[in-house]
Amino acid sequence: MTAILEVEHLHKAFGGVVANQDVSLQVPEGKVIGLIGPNGSGKTTLFNSIVGQHPIDSGAVRFRGREISRLRVPAIARLGLLRTFQQTRIYGGMSCMQNMEISPPHGSPTPRSLFGHIPAEVSAKAEELLQFVGLYAKRHLLAGDLSFGQQKLLEFAMALMNEPTLLLLDEPTAGINPTLINGLIDRLRRANEEMGVSLLIIEHNMSVIMNLAEYLYCLAHGELLAEGEPEAIRSDQRVIDAYLGGH
Amino acid sequence: MSAYRKPLFYLALLALALAAPYLAPAIRTQMSFLWVMIVFALTWDVLGGQMGYNSFGNVLFFGVGMYTCAMVQQHAGLGYYPGLFVGMAAGGAMSVGFAVALGWGILGLRGHYFAIGTLGLGIAAAEFAGGWDYIGAGSGLVTPLYPGVVGARETFFYYLCFAVAAATFLTLRWVYAGRFRLAINAIRDDEDKAEAMGLHTTLYKTVAWSIAALFLGLIGPVAGNLIGFIDPRDVAFASSSYGVWMLLMAILGGKGTLWGPVVGAAVFHITQELFWTYLLGWQRVALGLLIMLIVVFFPMGIMGWARERWPERFGQRVDEGAK
Repeated sequence: MTAILEVEHLHKAFGGVVANQDVSLQVPEGKVIGLIGPNGSGKTTLFNSIVGQHPIDSGAVRFRGREISRLRVPAIARLGLLRTFQQTRIYGGMSCMQNMEISPPHGSPTPRSLFGHIPAEVSAKAEELLQFVGLYAKRHLLAGDLSFGQQKLLEFAMALMNEPTLLLLDEPTAGINPTLINGLIDRLRRANEEMGVSLLIIEHNMSVIMNLAEYLYCLAHGELLAEGEPEAIRSDQRVIDAYLGGH
Repeated sequence: MSAYRKPLFYLALLALALAAPYLAPAIRTQMSFLWVMIVFALTWDVLGGQMGYNSFGNVLFFGVGMYTCAMVQQHAGLGYYPGLFVGMAAGGAMSVGFAVALGWGILGLRGHYFAIGTLGLGIAAAEFAGGWDYIGAGSGLVTPLYPGVVGARETFFYYLCFAVAAATFLTLRWVYAGRFRLAINAIRDDEDKAEAMGLHTTLYKTVAWSIAALFLGLIGPVAGNLIGFIDPRDVAFASSSYGVWMLLMAILGGKGTLWGPVVGAAVFHITQELFWTYLLGWQRVALGLLIMLIVVFFPMGIMGWARERWPERFGQRVDEGAK
């Protein structure tokens, strides 16, 4: 199994605060990998480092064998490595359809891609994906008028519209009601199995992540505390002490 | 608007615009300036309304176009009309050049920082032009005399202003109908998200600013020749009048809509002319009061208010049209 994403000995500090220290992880192609850890343990910083939000201090980030730690955010996104945000981000002043229609993969710009109309197949795909996440009935509403949970679903659909190879999801189920969570897990799994999107997921909901992920990494204080299969992580004493708590 | 009423509406507007100099020959110059104002508001709205970048420096492109054209007219040795039209083309090209060059630096600024960064542009340009002898420095430039018969000049410039305004409107209408508008709206709503999705944000921002610069660079020469005298501070780089009016008119009419800037410019220009005629001495006070009233009662602008009241007419839906 080849690793699609390889992070090696990544180090990132903000002044005196060390956010990530010697973090190494791998996402094999086609897999669902989980990233857990207490609040402030550096999970989102790691995401930001991977997608080029800020420069890293040392270490390497390779995506499909290519070193990407010096590329900027849009360039990395165009390679097929996409992330969603913890605080959901959508284009609030535009309708759901418009949100989707501006999200297909952005290749090299041409006059046509700049000024052309939205191709019919893009609109069709947008409708199909909105159907997939259950927002079809709301497709003409302003995205900013949707509830928080629906905005998360829209953001997920926008990410799929971009046809990523690897999707980094930052707490996809936070703030979503239990019924919707089950639907979301099902959709994440289908995105992985049917569309072939590899996933790296930050998640605090243990039943969700234990259920979804095939392999887990646990961060604490910016360092990798443990890694392994969900069962092994669940019973790892260090993880229990640092994060899960005894019960 | 139903399918056949829309072209009728445009035709009626076109007929009115074409007939105007014959219907009201006494106010041809004021009507010419109405078209100039419409270009101001429309071009400001490309960044300010559609892209969320509030520029206080767009007047720079107006002045650059004006000076460039005047230089061509003075030094190229062409006849009056070729000189004017070549000058306009050069003015537009020069303004786009400025937009691209400045855009690389300034368009990296966000929010208030962009606004303040652009504020300096017009002021710096005025100081620079005021000190450069080759272009007349502080004493300004006189544009070439119009060669036609008495009275033909006003009509000619009226139609030229109208042509540039119509070209601006139609170009933006076409550009806004496609992907470009979605892209710049996405930048307005959340630029970080747009970047994270792989959008070519720098390219879109630069192109948007260049479109605004192009039409300002075309209308600048016309306005300069219409006024007949180019002063660096009061005509070409008039930050405190034209520069402020641009955004005022767009906000008044409703930013982020195609018609808002047109309506805002018309309301602003007509009331300004009326106040000037009937409330001389108090015209600026009356204008200030009007602006305050509109900001208080129509904070989204006239078209923005209309859009909230009749969202369906603007292509938005508020109910779940489940099919």
